Amino acid sequence: MSVAETKLEKPTGWNRPPVIEPDGEGELLEVAMGPHHPSTHGVFRMDVALDGERVVRLKPVFGYLHRNHEKIAEGASYLASMPYTDRLDYFCSLTNNWAYALAVENLVGQPVPERAEYLRVILAELTRIQNHASSIGFLIQEMGASGTPLMYAFKEREKILDLFESLTGSRMMCNYMRFGGCRVDVSAPWLDAARKVVAGLPEFVDEFEALLSTNEILMARCQGVGILRQDLAVNAGVSGPMLRATGVNYDIRKVDHYGIYDRFQFRVPLGDHGDIYDRYMVRVLEMRESIKILEQALRDLPAGPIMDPKAKIRGFRPKAGEAYGRIEAPKGELGFYLISDGGPNPYRYRVRPPSLINLTILEDMCLGHNVADVVLIFGSVDIVLGEVDR
Amino acid sequence: MKMVEEIKAAIEAAVPGAGVEFVPNPSPSAQHSLRLAPESAVAVATFLRDDAELAFDFLSNVSGVDWPDKEVAEKVKLTRPVTKTVDGPDGQKVEQPVEETVEESRKHTEPGYLEAVYHLYSVAKKRGPLVIRMRTANRTDQTELPSLTPVWRSAEFQEREAFDLYGIVFTGHPDLRRILMWPEFKDFPMRKDYVEPDDFEYEPTPHDEVLKRAEEHRAADASHDHGIGAENQERATG
Repeated sequence: MSVAETKLEKPTGWNRPPVIEPDGEGELLEVAMGPHHPSTHGVFRMDVALDGERVVRLKPVFGYLHRNHEKIAEGASYLASMPYTDRLDYFCSLTNNWAYALAVENLVGQPVPERAEYLRVILAELTRIQNHASSIGFLIQEMGASGTPLMYAFKEREKILDLFESLTGSRMMCNYMRFGGCRVDVSAPWLDAARKVVAGLPEFVDEFEALLSTNEILMARCQGVGILRQDLAVNAGVSGPMLRATGVNYDIRKVDHYGIYDRFQFRVPLGDHGDIYDRYMVRVLEMRESIKILEQALRDLPAGPIMDPKAKIRGFRPKAGEAYGRIEAPKGELGFYLISDGGPNPYRYRVRPPSLINLTILEDMCLGHNVADVVLIFGSVDIVLGEVDR
Repeated sequence: MKMVEEIKAAIEAAVPGAGVEFVPNPSPSAQHSLRLAPESAVAVATFLRDDAELAFDFLSNVSGVDWPDKEVAEKVKLTRPVTKTVDGPDGQKVEQPVEETVEESRKHTEPGYLEAVYHLYSVAKKRGPLVIRMRTANRTDQTELPSLTPVWRSAEFQEREAFDLYGIVFTGHPDLRRILMWPEFKDFPMRKDYVEPDDFEYEPTPHDEVLKRAEEHRAADASHDHGIGAENQERATG
């Protein structure tokens, strides 16, 4: 059944998308945006029904990049899935590693040494900065500023990726964290290089903001577009900058106190209107807060082991039971749900993908807007198809 | 554990006959869960969301789990009367009934089921996770569970995924279609007994009959290969 043929049903519950009535003149035009559309960040399709330029219905279609990550992980040992988590959200492999390591550590009750916790925080915040910078760059690119802002973001991302490469051996597929610590220790030259990069970041954010925040076109296209209501955002499980842009103060770093985040001074930026501009602003401010965390973590980094000496590596068989572990990934709440039956590989391995769940309300945000705005609204959700389709 | 049992008591007070069962979790994470009866699940879920004290307004994760039929072998101790020959008081052999205990291994099959697991958090109270789960009656023909999408919209895509990959039919879901696999796909890939087909993209064509007859020629002709590699031959004849 095509989108245009789907029935115009009145919403049954308060959390259903509103019904936009066509004006009755002419027919609805059905457009398949994607799977090969430059704005879809990969292979993703939106079946859009249009009344003139106005979006009347929108159905996302997934699965073009589906490889059943969960099934593959159920056939592999716990550690063997660690490099595969890099491929979920390939922009943020280090936070993926952390979420998975945290879930397994919850499952077996594995402590993590202090130095390793600091390293995790440093790498996760660097990941957050490069993710937010490039996601804003992509958003502006979709607005028509082809290249320039994106390249400004990529210039900074490159410095961070160089740090990742010199530490982990890979720019994007880092495979760095282990159950009970991290894989390799940082060296003094690496720390100096990291301090230098972090010292240069505030200037980058200032420049980025001077270019964009008060840009007339950006304000005209983003302010008041794609508004998400607070109650709907919570009910639809929206997380990360998307949720905070609606004004909900919910940052898992503050709520769950996982790792050692309660040792750092940082604020949670909140939006007011829940539109694209607020999402942009929340991401910029989160970069500033991440820089603060990085400065503190690099200052306080203690000496010590990076792996718990009692951590079991060979013959790793968690006792029967289950655990859910989640972290504040750059895109939202990334969780792993594991069930162990006492065997060497997980009985059930489930990824809670923030990118997929943040798309639940895509239709609600797009209805009534022009097609051109759909591209922006979609871009402001900040998704990676490797994680949506898994 | 305290918290989960308190919630269980609150549910039982608010929804009469809810049939909530406490499921302990032996892992160090100690994330114990509550098993809901499918009949009352929507009422319980609505209570969990709307109750001012609990306020589980954020459904984080929905996950399907497959538990296939399990053959359980157990040793049973049986006591049965037997007659044994024993030495009598006067030196003669006497038959006497006695009780004997033997161990017998028995096998029985525990029926399998599909399970949906929900992880709830409270954004308002900054608490969680509360794990709730539901079981289907079996894995074959009674795989319905009530959908919690009307309560938490966040379940919309995740329940579709559990339907797609496990075959759990969520009744009351507004738009239950396959989400990751293509619509024509028949099986449920995340089930434990799923077998991958040899060719995912096989489609019958009008030339199937021709190809079959060509195959007969090939079997007789297999000795001389006219410079066509075996691989190419296979491709040429399907």
